[in-house]
Amino acid sequence: VCIHRVRSCSSVRFIKSKYVCVFDKSALKFSHQQRLFRTSAVSCGQIVQFKLSDIGEGITEVTVKEWYIKEGDSVSQFDSICEVQSDKASVTITSRYDGIIRKLHYNLDEIAFVGKPLVDIEIDASKGVAPEEDVVETPPMSHEEHTHQEIKGHKTLATPAVRRLAMENNIKLSEVVGTGKDNRILKEDILNYLAKQTGAILPPSPKAEIIPPLPKSETVPAATKDKARKIPVPVSRPIVFSGKDRTEPVTGFHKAMVKTMSAALKIPHFGYCDEIDLTQLVQLREELKSLTQIRGVKLSFMPFFIKAASLGLLQYPILNASLDESCQNVTYKASHNIGVAMDTEQGLIVPNVKNVQVCSVFEIASELNRLQSLGSAGQLGANDLTGGTFTLSNIGTIGGTYTKPVILPPEVAIGALGKIQVLPRFNGKGEVFKAQIMNVTWSADHRIIDGATMARFSNLWKSYLENPASMLLDLK
Amino acid sequence: MVLQSSLKNCLQLSCILRTPKAGFRSTTSGGLIIQSVSNDVYQNLAVEDWIHDHMNLENRQVLFLWRNSPAVVIGRHQNPWQECNLRLMRQKNIKLARRRSGGGTVYHDLGNINLTFFTTRKKYERMENLKLIVKALKALRPQLDVHVTDRYDILLDRQYKISGTAAKLGRATAYHHCTLLCNADKFVLSSVLKSPYKGLKSNATRSVPASVRNLFEEDPSLTCEMLLDAIAEEYATQHQTDHRITLINPADETVFPGISKKTKELQTWEWVYGKTPKFSVSTCFNMVYKDSVLDVKVDMDVKHGRIEVCNIDLPEQWLPPALCSELEKSLTGSRFSPDETTTLAATLLRVCPHDDELHSRWNLLCENMVTLM
Repeated sequence: VCIHRVRSCSSVRFIKSKYVCVFDKSALKFSHQQRLFRTSAVSCGQIVQFKLSDIGEGITEVTVKEWYIKEGDSVSQFDSICEVQSDKASVTITSRYDGIIRKLHYNLDEIAFVGKPLVDIEIDASKGVAPEEDVVETPPMSHEEHTHQEIKGHKTLATPAVRRLAMENNIKLSEVVGTGKDNRILKEDILNYLAKQTGAILPPSPKAEIIPPLPKSETVPAATKDKARKIPVPVSRPIVFSGKDRTEPVTGFHKAMVKTMSAALKIPHFGYCDEIDLTQLVQLREELKSLTQIRGVKLSFMPFFIKAASLGLLQYPILNASLDESCQNVTYKASHNIGVAMDTEQGLIVPNVKNVQVCSVFEIASELNRLQSLGSAGQLGANDLTGGTFTLSNIGTIGGTYTKPVILPPEVAIGALGKIQVLPRFNGKGEVFKAQIMNVTWSADHRIIDGATMARFSNLWKSYLENPASMLLDLK
Repeated sequence: MVLQSSLKNCLQLSCILRTPKAGFRSTTSGGLIIQSVSNDVYQNLAVEDWIHDHMNLENRQVLFLWRNSPAVVIGRHQNPWQECNLRLMRQKNIKLARRRSGGGTVYHDLGNINLTFFTTRKKYERMENLKLIVKALKALRPQLDVHVTDRYDILLDRQYKISGTAAKLGRATAYHHCTLLCNADKFVLSSVLKSPYKGLKSNATRSVPASVRNLFEEDPSLTCEMLLDAIAEEYATQHQTDHRITLINPADETVFPGISKKTKELQTWEWVYGKTPKFSVSTCFNMVYKDSVLDVKVDMDVKHGRIEVCNIDLPEQWLPPALCSELEKSLTGSRFSPDETTTLAATLLRVCPHDDELHSRWNLLCENMVTLM
């Protein structure tokens, strides 16, 4: 009888070497309360050749297309082993046993034969070899539980080890949320479920996402509304956390960011912040929005910010310059190619609007629309992403007020715009009024830009935006 | 799209799926016919996954009817670069999906209907299903010359393919699905299913090209609706079951708990592109720069959709060699995709000495590299 209770290796993963088969006779003395994962008996193996089962339609050969496991991996019953293909049919082969994969009989793209061994699995001696037929999924549980499952209309996947654990604790599998593959119920799920039971006065609702508190005492709560549920009293069991660290290489967009930011580190940054009253601009944009809509263009605030920046750069061209590697020469760029930082699914990209110095606000808006739709579709071209001379980042659309933007080489300045907030301010008459306030933070390369230049540029840019009519005077 | 036929019935699928014996006036064992209200290829493929993973098909077989807005669907083990014109698809906003069944590449639009037959592993029988479809078509239009080939295609007039088949077998359940061309856009179909990418070497499943024809061309009175109804009728007859079609919404989590997770997975880059079997690209192209023509040779190995090995051979000194090898190193490990390549190339340019000539050469190389993807 007790042999059934002895289980080894289900959650303790011995992956490496072969080990001596030691059947610990003292295991026979374990009481039935013994938690199955705390075994001391060592796993010992019987190598079983798992044969490729019949595919149907008289098919005798298939091609192995993908392996989901490799030699040395441990598998549970119902885990996917590989994907094979035959004549337009893709078949997922799942494991019949719990155990460790010892040998793969085929490489990728090789032909595998029905009825011949596919993999060798080392299984626990205590479990014995399952019959050749596909294991029918009727778990050893009460009739009531079986009906309950039927009513829910879906199969509850769990290995025999997990089912036994549930049964011993009088847990209905249908009430446990499975977090494994195919919503399979894992040991951790049973333990989490148990942890929720103790210390809770009411049975937990299935939708709650509360992390269960550590049970403080050993007493079972008196007013549990569930009848016929005998929960064994745990002794301050730690919360089972089954998360794992995950390491992956830095590639693609992140790699690009690493390169750019590492280069930016060499630039001594200084910051300059200011507050802009956009009350008049907000009103202006409201009036112009419908006009641009008629022409098929969405008008945001960015075209104004970009054009005002370009007007400012005409007065302070050093902000649109580039310092060479050796810091010997400064190149004043003729074109104002103003970059706009964009957040896409994959990460940060900075396309730029070319030659803003000769573009109207409408043309800038139109070009922004084009860059935005290409950006979100991942179809920006090389030309759109290179040649920038100055950058604006509208982080305020996501949130924030002050930031510390990083200059994108080979540029020497960048501006980050916070969100527009409605705040109380004093007007010329000393009265409080509702102002639309936005904060801007500039970062500049202190090797060639000094604070005064940055401040004057910012003041000019600010004056254009606070009084949009003044832009008319200087527009070319 | 509202389906007008009197055969449709918007029953709560939840009561059918959960209490198969109650609330449904049919025999306890028999067929269930469902139709998707969605035209989103990912949502519909997710329904197939859901039924395959969660439904108990011991006493019940299911026929699933669905249609998609323009999309190209490749088989589980195929290489999208080999099978279709990804560039054109991006321009035309035609989606790319990878299904879980095997087989070749097909083009879907609203003029094409999809039929999925769900059964247990034991009752998996493709020929029967296809013969059922042929029988339904002949009942609808007796003069149609349609028959099933031993490659599981349905041919019209002995020469035109009107249906392609694929299947998926799991542990206890299986499904067989097929297309049926009623009134699809053949022009778009042939242009997107032609791959422009040269020099690809891979062991991925290749599609077998075929001449296709729409049933509509044979008989302009036919519509998708009529075909769906005829097939549903025949299925109901053969399974001795209610011929009413139940409409289902693939976005409804209460009916299909967990389906949005499946839908999302089908849309990830890792699934659509990353599941491509290992392949290599070995090609050359000409670049026209000012007055000269340059030969560029590119060799790449791509695994899981990512560039494992990258070699770019340029005429000597046309670009600084250090920069070129930086590009090769950068591309290694990144996705074989135009936007990642463009972003990486643009980034590399930032840390280069500023030189308009260099910039335009670099951009030219980058644009050409991207045409390979």
